[in-house]
Amino acid sequence: MYDFTYLRPRSLSDAEQALKTAFDPRLLAGGMTLLPSMKARLSSPSTLIDLSGLPELRGIALTDGRLEVNAMTRHFDVSTNPLVAEHIPALTRLAGGIADWQVRYRGTMGGSLSNADPSADYPAAALALNAEFVTNRRRISSEEFFLGMFTTSLDEDEILCRISFAIPQAASYVKIPHPASGYAMTGAFVARYEDGYRVGVTGAASLYFRHPPMEAALDAGADAEACRNVDEPDDVEFMSDIHAPAAYRRNLVKVAVAEAVENLLQTKDRDSDTDT
Amino acid sequence: MRRADRRLCGTGIGIGGIMAFHTISLTVNGREQQARVRANTLLADMLREELRLTGVHVGCDTTQCGCCTVHLDGEAVKSCTMLAVQASGRSVTTIEGLAPSHDQLHPVQQAMMDCHGLQCGFCTPGMVMMLADFLEKSPAADESDIRHALEGNLCRCTGYQHIVDAAMQVVTTRQSDLGQEGSDV
Repeated sequence: MYDFTYLRPRSLSDAEQALKTAFDPRLLAGGMTLLPSMKARLSSPSTLIDLSGLPELRGIALTDGRLEVNAMTRHFDVSTNPLVAEHIPALTRLAGGIADWQVRYRGTMGGSLSNADPSADYPAAALALNAEFVTNRRRISSEEFFLGMFTTSLDEDEILCRISFAIPQAASYVKIPHPASGYAMTGAFVARYEDGYRVGVTGAASLYFRHPPMEAALDAGADAEACRNVDEPDDVEFMSDIHAPAAYRRNLVKVAVAEAVENLLQTKDRDSDTDT
Repeated sequence: MRRADRRLCGTGIGIGGIMAFHTISLTVNGREQQARVRANTLLADMLREELRLTGVHVGCDTTQCGCCTVHLDGEAVKSCTMLAVQASGRSVTTIEGLAPSHDQLHPVQQAMMDCHGLQCGFCTPGMVMMLADFLEKSPAADESDIRHALEGNLCRCTGYQHIVDAAMQVVTTRQSDLGQEGSDV
């Protein structure tokens, strides 16, 4: 790893200041992607600004009926937090399935979303759960946040502070993981709201996408089996590699959505059972 | 970075200008330690090369194999993917500090021995540190929980069956111990 200057600010304003004045800075969250890519010399920032010294960037709260996760909250904390388990249990399971046990102790939601790996899990949830990205100076909708592979609309001197999710009536996430890396070859997050379904897909295409044809089918009452026959939106460009060619990923989307819908419908049945 | 390289860089002058050293204080295996590290020193390298805790194995150096797993404030993390400077003020436990005393093994160590949970032994420190943390937090884990928990630890000798057996032995032993305590009351 090339050498660099390491800074660990103690307040958000110090972090903002460091980001403005330091030479060639990068923000360090959990470091689970950044440090390996620095070791591989794919990335060589001159200054690392470690955000782990800012307690205000950690924690989870319920605010105005939305679930708000501060950016430096670790996957482990998301997967074990009672508020998340109560309001969006699908997010609990998603976080508990990221990478491995050791990585979940270090990796953070904000770090993962800012990195925007095309096969990361959280972005599917962000799209389906109508997430808002709150930075140190504005709010960004999930549709506007992701611009492309490893590219977000965050400015160079902008800090992601928290992610706010709309709480669904029911939701389910299904990932078909790469057998070695555990990253999603395809992951589908399906959420049902009073005004309709939202479906977010990760891993399959060069950019995460919402799935309006699937949402329309679900709104019209499609069951899991019917979801297997719904084609993707026209503008989706599926990724293709040695593990999964584009046609295979295209099919995985249908498989993952169908399984998620099946889980979601069972969840609904369980809820109504407990009501009676 | 190897020792010789570090000596060459000892002037503190690097490509980007003056390289900063950080003096950090941390607790390692129950003992207060101070260390002088460069920003790019990995926790695994500091533990191995400065403190000579060579039970911290570096297998892949890419966050995959889990051989370098240590406890950071009681949580199993991969020390090859953390900067030493980030451990400042924290408590680190390595495999050398896990056993409660010189003549008594940690239950996970004992179970690995009983169940033939190791062959070459390279992955073992990481496996043990991982399982020690996991079984502490999930005392009623079943076999599938254990296999899921070990996703970040690779063994290239025997496969995982005996390692999972060892973990299951810890679970059943602890449960029967608890049962006995319960019946004593």
